[in-house]
Amino acid sequence: MAQLTDTTAPAAPRTSGAAAGTAGPRRGGVAGRRALLHWIGVHALGVAAALFFVLPFVFLFLTSLMSDQQALTRDLVPDTWEWGNYAKVWNTPGFLTWWRNTLLYAGLGTLLTVVSSVPVAYALAKFRFRGRRLSLLLVIAMMMLPPQVVVIPMYLFWAKQLDLSGTLWPLIVPMAFGDAFSIFLLRQFLLTIPDEYLDAARVDGCGELRTLLRVVLPMAKPGIAAVALFQFFSAWNDYFGPQIYASDNPAAWTLSYGLESFKGAHHTNWNLTMAATVLVMAPVIVLFFFAQKAFVEGVTLTGVKG
Amino acid sequence: MSPWLIGFAVFFAYPLLSTVYFSFTKYDGFRPPVFNGLDNWSYVFTDYPLFWPAMRNTLWLVVVMVACRVVFGLGVGLLITRIKTGAGVFRTLFYLPYLAPPVAATLAFVFLLNPGTGPVNTLLEAAGLPAPGWFTDADWSKPALTVLAVWGVGDLMVIFMAALLDVPKEQYEAAELDGAGAWARFRHITLPNISPIILFAVVTGVIQAMQYYTQPLVAGKVAAGVIGGSGQQFEPGYPDKSTLTLPQVVYNVGFQRFDYGTACVVALVLFALSMAFTALLMRRRGGLIGTGD
Repeated sequence: MAQLTDTTAPAAPRTSGAAAGTAGPRRGGVAGRRALLHWIGVHALGVAAALFFVLPFVFLFLTSLMSDQQALTRDLVPDTWEWGNYAKVWNTPGFLTWWRNTLLYAGLGTLLTVVSSVPVAYALAKFRFRGRRLSLLLVIAMMMLPPQVVVIPMYLFWAKQLDLSGTLWPLIVPMAFGDAFSIFLLRQFLLTIPDEYLDAARVDGCGELRTLLRVVLPMAKPGIAAVALFQFFSAWNDYFGPQIYASDNPAAWTLSYGLESFKGAHHTNWNLTMAATVLVMAPVIVLFFFAQKAFVEGVTLTGVKG
Repeated sequence: MSPWLIGFAVFFAYPLLSTVYFSFTKYDGFRPPVFNGLDNWSYVFTDYPLFWPAMRNTLWLVVVMVACRVVFGLGVGLLITRIKTGAGVFRTLFYLPYLAPPVAATLAFVFLLNPGTGPVNTLLEAAGLPAPGWFTDADWSKPALTVLAVWGVGDLMVIFMAALLDVPKEQYEAAELDGAGAWARFRHITLPNISPIILFAVVTGVIQAMQYYTQPLVAGKVAAGVIGGSGQQFEPGYPDKSTLTLPQVVYNVGFQRFDYGTACVVALVLFALSMAFTALLMRRRGGLIGTGD
């Protein structure tokens, strides 16, 4: 599988065409010039695409360093570099609370999701039981279900029956019961582990639980890492959940939800809004650089292997 | 399986049945629900002013936004398999926007595409190109959302890249010997080989378009100058309902107008549409997600 971070052994260029790197002895003269032109064309396109993907980040960052007044002008580069904008954002009342809530939601939620989803995925991938196919179909259906479909009864349940609206509980507790997307992704990953390993463990006298903990889990680490990252980011990015359950209590807001109010709290202070935006994006980007491989593997698993 | 079964019952089956039940009642969450037959259903389809604009927008997004994302994702995927120098750096740069949290990315794009002061229009005008009103113009708000969605195409790039690298090399070599040009090779070898992945990208894209919520909501609110987070009432879909989607309609009618019965009808329409496309993903034969049996 192609990996984003594979720097030591670049993915074999299996696509054809006059690739510069493959110009062998039989290629010289015209063929060599065509290969060079091809190389230049491809890389020029690559740079153009890179500009499209990167420039928004650059403008966002530059604006975050402008003064209030300059952020309202058409200038692209700050006159004075206002690094203090970041301190202002950091010290905004509530910002640290939202940060803590987000970490709690994303961290605890991820932990609960992994613990609850692994056994289900294991059962779906490695056991033959009545209703297996139906269970898998239900998991996929749940994965595709828009959260809005069941939100009204869920809201009434949490808010009216348990009186827990304005807290993080309605967001975190459901994650202790398995998450459909995580189950599906993990199942896809576990399918790639050969059954022979499990059979060997059983022959050696391992019970099911021990087989899962001692044999499957260590081999499933990359899949678990991918699921954990996706779950962390989906909680980090979630807007709808906090909007439904926490909107009336700013002490329970998360960064994604609070970020937008930031713009409101500061009217059109685009510089501070963009600084806050950078602060919300930064952890995601930093985490990505530590775990690129798991991430890309996860994306590929959802799309390609079935 | 059993914790998941409890979760399935509590967080899926029971609420789904409740949604169906509430859709036949007049219910504001305070007084007990009163059965009113098909009243909510006929209201949604005939009189409710937000429903059909949201459906039309969804259709637009399904056709244009999904198509743009798939075509662009495939293009970037093809490009990345051909880049020889600095491939790792390019791949990372192309992928990063996919990771940007939706609220943050949307806020950034409303600013960047701001017709008055945004850098994008500054650059467009400097280049002598027309500078549209983007999120403030009903004709341009969905194209603006499409630009935002195309910016985050990194997930599709990775999926296409993996599929492209799995196309058997021999087929290209054979075609080249037969004198097939680049377009012929793409048309007769690449496309047939990756068509299941293209279909997968289209169907999951359609399902995502049905659920499109955070970006259009935040873009509409911020462009309209609504103070975020305060829970204040606002007319969704600014400008002129052009960014309204079905999930926003559920939120508006349910949680701002406290008409849970009507909200449940819209939720069920959303459910029916999503499940129809999910079924396409899972058809027993030729399904895009294998169930292993």
